[in-house]
Amino acid sequence: MNTPDPKRWKKIEVEEYENLVQQTKPKPPLLKHCIWAFIVGGLICLLAQLIMNYLLNQGIGKVDASSYTSVIMIFLGAFLTGIGIYDELGKKAGAGSIVPITGFANAIVASAMEFKREGYIFGVGARIFTVAGPTLLFGFVVAVLIGLIKVFLSS
Amino acid sequence: MVPLYMAFLIGGLLCLLGQLIMDLTRASITPGHILVGYISGGAVLSGLGLYEPLVKIGGAGATIPLSGFGHLLTQGTLKAVEQKGLLGAFSGGVEAAAAGITAAVVFGYLAAVLFNPKG
Repeated sequence: MNTPDPKRWKKIEVEEYENLVQQTKPKPPLLKHCIWAFIVGGLICLLAQLIMNYLLNQGIGKVDASSYTSVIMIFLGAFLTGIGIYDELGKKAGAGSIVPITGFANAIVASAMEFKREGYIFGVGARIFTVAGPTLLFGFVVAVLIGLIKVFLSS
Repeated sequence: MVPLYMAFLIGGLLCLLGQLIMDLTRASITPGHILVGYISGGAVLSGLGLYEPLVKIGGAGATIPLSGFGHLLTQGTLKAVEQKGLLGAFSGGVEAAAAGITAAVVFGYLAAVLFNPKG
C-alpha cells in the first residue's frame, strides 16, 4: 500500500481553497470598469475642450476650431500608441480609451504596427484600415442614406 | 463656451455607456464593434436632430467620442444637400470630416511605420 503523499494532499488543499476564493470573489468588477471608463473618457474630452477653448480664444471659428481639435487629438492618440503608452492606459480604461477619437487613432496604429514585415504598402498601408475601414464605411453609408432621405423629402 | 466640467461629464458618460455595452453583452463585441456602433449611432441620432443638443451642452465631450464623428458626417451631408441637392448627399459628409479622416490616415500610418510594437 502506498501512503498518501503529503505534497499531493497539500496541493489538493490549495486547489480547494482557490476554488472557494473563486466562488466568493465578487463578479467581474463592472463598477470598477465603469468608473475607469468614465474618468479616463471624461479627462480625454476635457483635454480636448481645453484645446478647443484655447483655439476659440485665438479667434478661430467654431467649425475650424473643432476640426483642429480633432486633428490634434488624433495626433496624440497615434503618437501615444506608437510609444506604447496608450495601450497600457487602455488595459485599465477600457471603453474610456476606445470611444474617444484618440481610440480611433489607436485602433489604426495598433492594427498596422505589427505588419511591417508584409511591407510598407500592402502590409502597413492596408492594415491601418482593419478597424478604420469598417468604421468609416458605416459612417459614410449612414450619412449618405440620411442625405438621400432628405433629398426625397424635399423634392 | 462650454464649461470644462460639462465636457468631462458628457464625454465620461458616453464612454461609460460603451463600457456597459462591452461588459454586459456578448464577449464577441470588440473595440472595433464599439467604434462602428458609435459612428453609426451618432450619425443616426444626428439625422433625427438628437445629437446637436448634446454638442450644445457637452462641447468636446460630445464631439470627441466617435459618435461626434458620425454627427459631423451627417450634418455635413445635410448642409450639402440643402446647397447642392443630390450631389451633396455624396460629397457633404467627407467634406465636413476631411481634416479628421486625413489626419487619422496620415498620422496613423506615420506612427505605425516609425514605431515598433512593445514586447
